[in-house]
Amino acid sequence: MSLDTEVKEGVDQETVDAVREVGGAYKHGWQTDIEMDYAPKGVNTDIVRLISSKNDEPEWMTEWRLGAFDRWEKMKEPEWAMVDYPKIDYQDIYYYAAPKSMAEKPKSLDDVDPKLLETYKKLGIPLKEQMILAGVEGAENAPAEGRKVAVDAVFDSVSVGTTFQEELKKAGVIFCSISEAIREHPELVKKYLGSVVPVTDNYFATLNSAVFSDGSFVYVPPGVRCPMELSTYFRINAENTGQFERTLIIADKGSYVSYLEGCTAPMRDTNQLHAAVVELVALEDAEIKYSTVQNWYPGDENGVGGIYNFVTKRADCRGDRSKVMWTQVETGSAVTWKYPSCILRGNESQGEFYSIAIANNMQQADTGTKMVHLGKNTKSRIVSKGISAGKAQNTYRGLVSMHPKAKESRNYTQCDSLLIGDKCGAHTVPYIEVKNNSSRVEHEATTSKVDDDQLFYCRQRGMDEEEAVALVVNGFCKDVLQALPMEFAMEAQQLVAISLEGSVG
Amino acid sequence: MALPEQKQSQIDERLSDLTLPEGGVWSSAARADALDRLRAMGLPVRRDEYWRFTDPRGLVSSDAPAAKVLVTDEAPIFEIINALKIVFVDGVFDADQSDDLTLEAVDIQRLSDAASTDIHWAKDIYGVLEARGQSPVQRPLAALNTAFATDGILIHVTGKVSKPINLIYLHQSETSDAILHHCIKLDAGADVTVLENGPAAARFNKVMEVEVADGAAFHHVRTQGRDHERSAATHMFTRLGTESTFKSFTLTVNGVLTRNECVIELTGDDAVAHVAGAAVGDGDFHHDDTVFVTHDAVNCESRQVFKKVLRNGATGVFQGKILVKEGAQKTDGYQISQSLLLDGDSQFLAKPELEIYADDVACSHGSTSGAIDEDALFYLRSRGVPSSEAQDLLTLAFLAEALDEIEDEDIAAVLLERLDGWLSRRRAT
Repeated sequence: MSLDTEVKEGVDQETVDAVREVGGAYKHGWQTDIEMDYAPKGVNTDIVRLISSKNDEPEWMTEWRLGAFDRWEKMKEPEWAMVDYPKIDYQDIYYYAAPKSMAEKPKSLDDVDPKLLETYKKLGIPLKEQMILAGVEGAENAPAEGRKVAVDAVFDSVSVGTTFQEELKKAGVIFCSISEAIREHPELVKKYLGSVVPVTDNYFATLNSAVFSDGSFVYVPPGVRCPMELSTYFRINAENTGQFERTLIIADKGSYVSYLEGCTAPMRDTNQLHAAVVELVALEDAEIKYSTVQNWYPGDENGVGGIYNFVTKRADCRGDRSKVMWTQVETGSAVTWKYPSCILRGNESQGEFYSIAIANNMQQADTGTKMVHLGKNTKSRIVSKGISAGKAQNTYRGLVSMHPKAKESRNYTQCDSLLIGDKCGAHTVPYIEVKNNSSRVEHEATTSKVDDDQLFYCRQRGMDEEEAVALVVNGFCKDVLQALPMEFAMEAQQLVAISLEGSVG
Repeated sequence: MALPEQKQSQIDERLSDLTLPEGGVWSSAARADALDRLRAMGLPVRRDEYWRFTDPRGLVSSDAPAAKVLVTDEAPIFEIINALKIVFVDGVFDADQSDDLTLEAVDIQRLSDAASTDIHWAKDIYGVLEARGQSPVQRPLAALNTAFATDGILIHVTGKVSKPINLIYLHQSETSDAILHHCIKLDAGADVTVLENGPAAARFNKVMEVEVADGAAFHHVRTQGRDHERSAATHMFTRLGTESTFKSFTLTVNGVLTRNECVIELTGDDAVAHVAGAAVGDGDFHHDDTVFVTHDAVNCESRQVFKKVLRNGATGVFQGKILVKEGAQKTDGYQISQSLLLDGDSQFLAKPELEIYADDVACSHGSTSGAIDEDALFYLRSRGVPSSEAQDLLTLAFLAEALDEIEDEDIAAVLLERLDGWLSRRRAT
C-alpha cells in the first residue's frame, strides 16, 4: 500500500499503519532446506501414473486418476470469478515433491526428519503430543493451549506424520493420510471419494482428482464422538510446486468430529498453485465442524508472488438431522477462489458458514458459499465478513437454493464488507433461488466504513478513538470468531489482531 | 472476437428478417453503429450469465410468439389523469387517437419524422446512452432496438411541464412485433412526468433513453399488462447530471415474459435515482427486473425497491447491481428485493449485487422470499377479517413499500385501484 493513500476519518493512522505492516510482515515466509524428491515438471499421463505409484495405489485408483486427467484436458479454466491473474502454465509446475527423508514413511513422529519437525515448530503448530509424550503433567487438561489435537501434517506433496493414531483407533476413529486410506481402507475410499465433489465438478477439482498427492482421511464410526480435535497443517515449501491435497471426512450415523486446517507457505516471488479438494459426508444425526485458518503467503505489497488458492470444498449432509459447519479465516493467498458448500440432502439437516476474509495490498479474494436445500425442514446460516485494504479486491459470491421439495426450510444470510482506504474494492454477488413458498430466505448485505454513530457513542462514554474503533471492528467480526473452535480461536485472533483489529483499531 | 458458432447462426438468422429503416445522416449513422455492436455481441442465450434466470428465446426468435388480444371494457389506466396523450397501436404512432403534440416547455417529435432530418438534437442521445450501457454487461436487445426501431417519440423538455405526457400502447394484432425507441432530453432545471401504459404488442421491444441535465427532474410511472400472453423486453438508459432527480416506478400485471432493464448512471454530484417496481402475476408469468446503477460522482443517492407477488407457478426474477466507482464517495446505495409466494409452485430468483471501489459509502441490499406471515394472518382473522380479505390486505401491505415510491398521489391511487382489481379477479378464480 502506498504511504500517501488518503485515509478517511474514523480509520485512524495507527490502524492503517498496522495494515501496512501486515503486508510486509508475513511471518511464515522462510523456507526449509530439505532435500526434495521431485517428479519432472508438467502434467501428463505418466506423471499421473507416477504419483499413483509413489503412493502404492491399487489399479482402480490409478484408473480413476487417469479418467480425471482425460477429462481435465478437455476442460477450460473458469473465468467468471472477479479475480485477475496471469495465465497459469500448467506444464511449468512440479506436481510431486516430497522430502527425501520420506521415501520410507515414518512409523511415528519420532522417525520424522528433525528438520521437518522444526519446520512445524516454527509454524507454531500445536504438535502438542510432544508435550504429552514428554510426560508434561496435566498437559491433557490444560486449558485451550494444551488440549489434545491429533495432527496430520502435509509437507508439499506428502503427509509426513499423523499423531495420536493409536488413541483414535481405540475410539474406532480412522485418521490417516489419504494415501494410507487408499491402501488400508479401499472400501471406504471407493464408496465416498468423488461422491461429493465429482471428478467432473470443475477445472481445478478435476485437476486435483488426477494429480492429488496426499491429504487427510477421517472416518468416524456410528455413534462415536471423536475424542479430540483433528487437525491438518499444510505447508508448501518447495519452489514451483503445486500443492494438490485431498481431504475426505466421513461422519457415520450419530457421530461428531471437529477438524482444523491450517496452511502456510514460504515467501517467493513466483506464484504457486494450490488446488485442493475437501469432501465431507455427514450421515444421519452426524455433525462435522470444519475450521480453516488460511494463511498462505499473500505476495508482497506490489502483488509479486503468493499462492493461488483454488479450492473446492463441499459437504454432503446426506443423512437426516446431519449438520455441517464451515468456519474460515482467510487472510493469505494472492488469489483465492473458494466456496465451501453444503448440500442439505437429509431432512432437517443443517449447514452453517462463517467466514472472515481479509484482503490487503494486491490480494484478490473471491469466496463465499453455496447452500443447496434439497431436504425438508433444512436450515442454513451464512455469516460472511469481508475486509478490504490497500488495493485488494474482496468478493463474496454465494448461492442459496431452495428446491421445490425443500419445504419449510430456512436460510439467513448476512454478508458485510468493510473498506479501509479508497483504492480497494468490496463486492457482493449472491444468487438466491427460491422454488417453494413454505421456505423463508433472508439475505442482507452492507458495505461501509466504520460507523461514525457507533464511534461517537463509544467516544461519548469516555473511550479514546482507538479503543472505540477497535471495539466497533471487533464487533464486526465477532460472530465469526466465536464460531471457531478453541484451538483455532487463538491463532485466528492473532491473525485478525495483526491484519484486522490492527488495521482498524 | 468471433462469436461462437451457435450465436453466429442465431444472429445471422435474426438479421436476415430485418432491414435498417432509412433516414437522414444522424439516424443512419446511429443505426449502423448499433448494428455493428449487435453483430459483435450476438443475441442472448440462456447460457449467458446475464440470462441465467430468464430464457430469452421468446424475445430473440425471428417471429414474435402470438398473443391473444385482451378484450375489456376497462378504461385505460391513466384516463382520469389530465395528461397529453400519445397513442401507439401495435407499435405505430396513431395521430388520430393522440392529442395535439404542442405543449408549453416541451418539444415533441415523432422519431420517424426527426430521423429523416440530417441534424437533430437527438443525435447526442439516440443510441448514445444505450451504447454506454453496454458495458460491463451486454444488452443485445437494446442494440437491436436502436438499429431497427420503427417508431418512437423524441421529447425535449426545456422547463417545468404543466401536465404529464402519457404514452399509451394499444395492442390489436395477435402477432404484432413492435420496436419503439424514445429519447427524452431534459435541460437544466426542467421537470417532466412521463406515463406509459398498455400491452403494446404481442412482443414489445422498447428502449427509452433519458438525459437528465443538472437540476432537472424526471418522473416516470408505467404499467404493463394485463394481456396475459404478451412478452416484452424493455430498457431504460439514463444519465444524471448534478443535483438532478430520476424516479421511475413500474407496475406489471401478468404477461408471459417480461424483462425490464434499467441502467442508471449518476455522473453529477448530489444526484438522486430511485427505481421501483411492483409485479403481480400468476400462471405462466415470468417477470424479470434487471437494474444496473453506476455511481460515478460524489454524494449521490440511489434506491431500488422491487416487490413481487407470485402464484400458480409464476416466476419472479431480480438482478440488481450497485456499482460504486473509485472516487464516488459519500454514496448512499440501497436495494431491496422481496417476493411473496402465494403457493408452493411459484419461484423467486434473485441476484442482488454490490461492486464497490470507494470506502466512504453506505451501501446495503436485502432480499427476502417467503409465504404470507401466518401470525399476521391469524391476527387479522382473530379480529373478524375473512381469510381471503386478510390475505389481500397483507398482499397490499407487502407491495406498499414499492408503491410509496410514487410521489404523485393521484397516480398512486389509480395504481392501487388496479392492484385491487387483480386481487379481486384472483379471488374470483
